[in-house]
Amino acid sequence: MTIPADLRLRIGLALALPALLTTVHGFAPAFTALVAMLLLHVGSRQPFPWKRLLHLEGFLLLLFVTLPFTMPGTPLLTLGPLTASIEGAWRAATLAAKVSASVLLLAHLFAATDPLHLGNALRALHVPEPLVRLFVTVTRQLGVVRAEFARLQDAMRARAFHPRSNRHTWRSYGNLMGMLLVRALERADRVEEAMRLRGYSGRFPRTALMAPTVADWAVTAALVGATLLLLLWDKA
Amino acid sequence: MTEPLCLQNLSVSRDGKAILDGIDLRLGESERLAIVGANGAGKTTLLRSIVGLEKPDAGDVILFGDVCKRERDYRAKRPRIGFLFQESDDQLFCPSVIEDVAFGPLNTGASEAEARLIAAQTLECLGIDHLAERFTHRLSGGEKRLVCLAGLLAMRPNVLLLDEPTNGVDAENGARLRAALLAFPGAIILVSHDDRFVAEIATRALILAEGRLKPAEIHDHVHSHRHPHIHAKPAP
Repeated sequence: MTIPADLRLRIGLALALPALLTTVHGFAPAFTALVAMLLLHVGSRQPFPWKRLLHLEGFLLLLFVTLPFTMPGTPLLTLGPLTASIEGAWRAATLAAKVSASVLLLAHLFAATDPLHLGNALRALHVPEPLVRLFVTVTRQLGVVRAEFARLQDAMRARAFHPRSNRHTWRSYGNLMGMLLVRALERADRVEEAMRLRGYSGRFPRTALMAPTVADWAVTAALVGATLLLLLWDKA
Repeated sequence: MTEPLCLQNLSVSRDGKAILDGIDLRLGESERLAIVGANGAGKTTLLRSIVGLEKPDAGDVILFGDVCKRERDYRAKRPRIGFLFQESDDQLFCPSVIEDVAFGPLNTGASEAEARLIAAQTLECLGIDHLAERFTHRLSGGEKRLVCLAGLLAMRPNVLLLDEPTNGVDAENGARLRAALLAFPGAIILVSHDDRFVAEIATRALILAEGRLKPAEIHDHVHSHRHPHIHAKPAP
């Protein structure tokens, strides 16, 4: 077991570890964190989050292109009036390693978690009720809206719609988005009415959570401890 | 003219479970075929595979004499096949009725004015021209159904695929629907649980069970039984 089973501890870790990681300055500690996270993933049986990383690396690529040119230091290459510095390249690499490690950590902590369970854990951590309710209902309804979107798109295809770059296409997509929004609003009203009819008065029934086990605390302490060691190394 | 539709040994599975298992079907030019079967027998999947919204594992879909394999093959044939979805709301996505009915003709290259004219004519044919400027999501169930059908008929299709057309349709709109279908010159595949409607419309029937089609008989006989109906109370 590499992560605690208790969701409250996981949420705590998800907030604490990336926050600690952001203070790392050296490339070696940042890279070590990335390797550690990769090992954690290899050790677990979850599928590797390629898709999530792909979205992220797009942004990081931008960083690699711009950061070396904006930091002063030893010149690495010169493009006309622009000079890229070695220091800038290292800084970009460090940032990329830290960000990737953090995202891998988050994916590892929550990949196999049902959002509804997460809602319970958030409530137990005394997150304000309206925020928890928003989170839980949005995750629940997202699937419904997505399915509706897919069916409408199927219907458009069945009526010979083929997206092109013209006014008809833009207007059709505009109508599609508008209709999804109108329906989602109306559905939200209906869901709320149905909830009220079943006795909902602004509060979800709270399911009491068991206290985290000793093993959970131990794993949490180990992960936080390892990160702190990394920080000590970085500051040394 | 070649027959509009021919399925050869068509198999479709979902999540490893066979839904359609070697379907053979030929549809005549102006045949009105009913397909009946239990809930979840695969009737909707069969209709979806015909227009290429469902990818078959094996077998051929031959539309108007051409074998369709890729999205592009289907796209060329879709204007000639009108597919009425089970849920009207999945089909209507434009704010106003007239816009929604004009959507199909616009896709097949009609100008804005032509599409509006075709849409207005189609609505008039169905006897629902009074709905033209109404909002689609505020219509009654029966009105939505007819507007969906108008959207299909506006494309002047050779085949109609109807998935539970009488769902949520009242007597008056049901009569309009029946008249429109009986006047339709092309071929129809009708999936319905409404036996009376099937008997009135269809010229042939097949039963879909365990992924296969079996011939069925439509018969209409006189019953002498109690028959509930509801009508207005005479004034006292």
